[in-house]
Amino acid sequence: MSLYSRFEAFELDVLKEVGNIGAGNAATALSRLIDKPVDMAVPKVSLLPFEEVAERVGGSEQIVIAVFLRVEGEAPGNMFFIIEEASAKRLLRQLLSIKAEVQEGYSEMELSALCEIGNILAGSYLSSLADFTHLSMAPSVPAVAVDMAGAILSYGLMQYGEMGDSALLIETTFLEDHQSLEGHFFLIPDPESFDKIFRALGVVGE
Amino acid sequence: MIQQNLIKVGMADLNIATEGAVLKTTGLGSCVGLTLFDPIRKVAGMAHVMLPSSDIARETKMNLAKYADTAIPELLDRMVAAGAYIERMKAKMAGGAQMFAMSGHSDSLRIGPRNVESCIEMLHKFKIPILAQDTGGSFGRTIEFDSTNGLLSIRSVQFGIKEI
Repeated sequence: MSLYSRFEAFELDVLKEVGNIGAGNAATALSRLIDKPVDMAVPKVSLLPFEEVAERVGGSEQIVIAVFLRVEGEAPGNMFFIIEEASAKRLLRQLLSIKAEVQEGYSEMELSALCEIGNILAGSYLSSLADFTHLSMAPSVPAVAVDMAGAILSYGLMQYGEMGDSALLIETTFLEDHQSLEGHFFLIPDPESFDKIFRALGVVGE
Repeated sequence: MIQQNLIKVGMADLNIATEGAVLKTTGLGSCVGLTLFDPIRKVAGMAHVMLPSSDIARETKMNLAKYADTAIPELLDRMVAAGAYIERMKAKMAGGAQMFAMSGHSDSLRIGPRNVESCIEMLHKFKIPILAQDTGGSFGRTIEFDSTNGLLSIRSVQFGIKEI
């Protein structure tokens, strides 16, 4: 596990702070959108075997709604905003008073709204991160999918595939006040991006 | 009732099954679930292939099951060791989807179709016929492969269960 041994404890703390700042801003954006307080769990930074990544959102076969964005710029990576189905429906109802047009599945309008929410959140995550690190980071056009968590998340792990069997991800969980809404943010920097992030923050390894 | 023995194949993993056991892999997105079957000896094999070619590998200890060009020879070796014959083998596969329709044309976004192409190329090399495949699209799949009859059952969110 060459990637893991490369990271010192304090470097993982730095990445945790990266998650904290980014997700903190995204949580504020979400809170403004739905006009309700949004809580945020302490970010987790973990090097997970591919198999276990999907476990974080309920298992490989769990059906989730995911907004995917590719992070472009000096520290590229992949970003997912993932919410469970029940939370997504609630979010749509609260935010847009969209009545569930179709009982099963999602209408084009609903998916487009979720995509935009993901876009706003990812944008605020990345812009605060870019301010903090002075690295340019911009999200690509978002794409949304409703499918098995394993199938979706594996897409963000490809860059790690050629290096080993695990990926480093920065994960933050959101909870709306009464836990009626739960969402996850995953930032999966490309393996090459870590050095740049560390250097930008003045933490230089040997 | 017959208790079916389920063997789980993880991501970038492969395994074989005999004596009625069922191979299963979950959440195939752009990855390809490749299965091989010797109908006489009833030896089944499954690989969850993640990337098309090991040329790009930069890992120190290579995981053969991860790449199409190394997983297939490895799976063949394991199956032959279990008594199967390459000449009798038939292949089926599923997966290789493009999970997100993005506007970019970057090669990494075509990873699903490239995985499928690479698997087909390797199977041609070993002269193994492809009986059926359910590949492409933009949805995830979970597959089960039965070593009693070589049936591949594919489950997806939109389309339910189908057998090939």
